Amino acid sequence: MVSGPQFVQHLRNAGFDFFTGVPCSLVKGVLATLEERGGYIAETREDAAVGLAAGAYMAGRQPVVIMQNSGLGVCLNALSSLSLIYALPCLLLITWRGYQGKDAPEHIIMGDILPDLLSTLKIPYRVLEEQTLEDAIGWATSTLKQTSRPTALVLPPGVTA
Amino acid sequence: MNLAQALSIVIPALQDALVVHANGFISRESFNLEDRLGNFYMIGSMGLASSIALGVALNKPERRVVVFDGDGNVLMNMGSLALIGTQQPRNLVHLVFDNEVYGSTGNQPTISSHVALDAVAHASGYVDVRRVEDADQLRAAVQELLAPDPSEKNGPSFLLVKIEPDREERHIGRITHEPQHIVRRFMEAINQDI
Repeated sequence: MVSGPQFVQHLRNAGFDFFTGVPCSLVKGVLATLEERGGYIAETREDAAVGLAAGAYMAGRQPVVIMQNSGLGVCLNALSSLSLIYALPCLLLITWRGYQGKDAPEHIIMGDILPDLLSTLKIPYRVLEEQTLEDAIGWATSTLKQTSRPTALVLPPGVTA
Repeated sequence: MNLAQALSIVIPALQDALVVHANGFISRESFNLEDRLGNFYMIGSMGLASSIALGVALNKPERRVVVFDGDGNVLMNMGSLALIGTQQPRNLVHLVFDNEVYGSTGNQPTISSHVALDAVAHASGYVDVRRVEDADQLRAAVQELLAPDPSEKNGPSFLLVKIEPDREERHIGRITHEPQHIVRRFMEAINQDI
C-alpha cells in the first residue's frame, strides 16, 4: 500500500498545490497528511468544494478535490454547469465505495455506476493501482492541461490507507 | 429599493474589486448596468458564488473580493457561510441582495422572510455584519465596507441588503459572453497590477 505521505508527495511533485474536499475512510492517511501539513480546506459539501476549486484555479492554483463517490452525485450540477462549460480544471480524487459490489447497502448503486457516470459526464478518468500510481498522476496532469476540464482518479480500496 | 437600484449604488464603489455574481437576475442586472472585466458571472451552479469567491480570496489575499449573492443562493449553500467564517479571509465582502423571492423564476417565495441571514453570518464567524433597508443606509455601508485596504480588516464582512422584488416581469438580457471568455477576462483582472 502507498502511505498517506507518499501519496501526497506524488501529488505535490506533479504540481498540485490546493487541496479541498469531504472525507472518506479510504483516504484517511492522505487526509491526515494534508491536515498535518496545513493547506487542506475541509469543505461542507462536495459541490461547494468544486466551486472553491474553481476560484482557486482562477487565482493561479492547481486544485485537487477529494471525495467519496457518493459525493460525485452531489456534484453533477457543479460539474455540468460550472467546471465543464467554463473550462475550469481540477483533479477529482474519488474513492470507490461499493467496489465490486462488496460494501454497505448505501454504496452499492453508486459503486456499480461510477465508471458509467464519469463517462456520461465525459470526464476522463483512470482507476488507481499501487504499482502505476505515479503514471496515473502524470496522465491526470497532462490531461488537465490538454482539456482544461476536470479529470478524475478513482481510488478503490487497498491502494492507500 | 429594488435590485437594479441597489446595484446602481454598489457598483460605483467597487473600484478594482473582483466580483463573483450569483446566477439569475443578479448576474443579468449587473451585466446590463456595467460589464466590468473583474466580474465573474456564474450562469449556473446555483449556490456556489460564495464558494468560488472564497477560492479566489484565499489565494489572492491582497485583492478585494466581493460576492453579489441572493437569498435563494445563500439558502442553497449555507455551509459556505460556515466555511468563510472559519477561514476568516480579510479581503472578502459578502453582499446578499435579499428580496425574499426566487426572482428569476417568477417570484416564488424563498424562506428568507423567516430566517435572519445576517444572524447566520454572525454565528458563522463573519466579523463585520450589517443589515440595510434603504438607499442611504446602503450608500453608507458600502463606503465603509469596500473602501478600506484588506489588510486593515479583521476578517470577512457581510452585508444583508433587504430589497423589494420586482412586481413586473423584467425583460432583461442574458449574459452575452461565452463562459470561457468570462474566465479569461476574470483571470486577466485577477493578475492585473493594482
